[in-house]
Amino acid sequence: MTTTAETTTAGTSSALDIDCEAETQRIVVVLRRYLVDVRRKGYVVALSGGIDSSVTAALCVAAVGPGRVFGLHMPERASAPETLRLSREVSDTFGFDSEVEEIADTLEAVGCYRRYDEAVRRVVPDYGSGWRSKIVLPSVTEDDALRIFSIVVEDPDGVRSRHRLTTEAYLGVLAATNFKQRVRKMLEYHHADRLNYATTGTPNRLEYDQGFFVKLGDGAADVKPIAHLYKTQVYALAAYLGVPAEIRARPSTTDTYSLAQSQEEFYFSLPHHLMDLCLHARDHDVPVHELAASVGLDVPSVERVLRDIDQKRRTTTYLHQAPVLVEPIAAVDG
Amino acid sequence: MQAHVEDQLKQFIVDSYLFGDTTRMPGDSESLLRAGVLDSTGVLELIEFLEAEFSITVEDVETVPDNLDSIAGVVRFVAAKRHAGEGAA
Repeated sequence: MTTTAETTTAGTSSALDIDCEAETQRIVVVLRRYLVDVRRKGYVVALSGGIDSSVTAALCVAAVGPGRVFGLHMPERASAPETLRLSREVSDTFGFDSEVEEIADTLEAVGCYRRYDEAVRRVVPDYGSGWRSKIVLPSVTEDDALRIFSIVVEDPDGVRSRHRLTTEAYLGVLAATNFKQRVRKMLEYHHADRLNYATTGTPNRLEYDQGFFVKLGDGAADVKPIAHLYKTQVYALAAYLGVPAEIRARPSTTDTYSLAQSQEEFYFSLPHHLMDLCLHARDHDVPVHELAASVGLDVPSVERVLRDIDQKRRTTTYLHQAPVLVEPIAAVDG
Repeated sequence: MQAHVEDQLKQFIVDSYLFGDTTRMPGDSESLLRAGVLDSTGVLELIEFLEAEFSITVEDVETVPDNLDSIAGVVRFVAAKRHAGEGAA
């Protein structure tokens, strides 16, 4: 239900203000109750050195103490050089045990890197050793183009070019990179089983709502403690919980491709603080002209952002769906 | 000519996206994206179909909803591309 206060502030940054202490307590209650319900002893958190996993780890520590939280650092070849240092800073700051699981060898064994290169070569035949790449989408705000993925490649001499992906190349690139999230999740469940812990998922509301996750990869988890929080709110909680300043200042990145890639290039149409406002406004019937004034864009641009939000919800419905049964099994499904 | 393009396009939609269920075919002016027929992968498939079937090249600047997001829009777009191609030949 939308309250009067929510309606008044919807579409403005104050609509996203939260009481960090109360919100932390609310999440802590859920985290503790879940462990009791499933008879597990603590939480595994995969640490990326980003804001979401850092806040999730801090919340788990607030809920069950550092002795019942286990962190995993899982870098691979495309990870940014600073990723491991920053993720270790989180486990050090909050005082919980952690382990480094290098996943490059596993990814190599399942053919992740080879399959990725083969997919890229479908549109860039010379692509191979010494090249780097990332996939990108056109800007929603600049024009009316449909959001079709392209790949940006950089040859060993540093020369960059952009190429529209074919269906086969696009799906091949996605299928190869999805190994990364799935291998990480496999290791999270291994350690959760070993310790009799539960796993955590770290999507914020933007990511959860817009389907910015890999099914049975980072989308799989026992608990998703910040999936209801807008990214702006995650940053507020990060400051409240004492997440290191360098992590709070770090731009959001996918840390998945060999060329640095912002989340805006890959998925979201605006920087997170503006996406938050648009998503919130979309769900609170804020008039487009009011939202446009609030985010500093013209009305056609905001209309395209809102259309993109709706389109992503339609496209990613599949990611949220549980397996389909021909008929419910009452004894299990209720 | 346009009827021929429309027939082929509708057959492609039925075969590729609707698994033969013609009752789910959207109206000619209806958005294929909003109707849930196309997603981002579907748009790529549609472009490849148009390029292969009608011997046209879809440029990046032409990948806009007016050209690709409805049956009527696609038919108009293909006709314009072919007309332009004939003019250039």
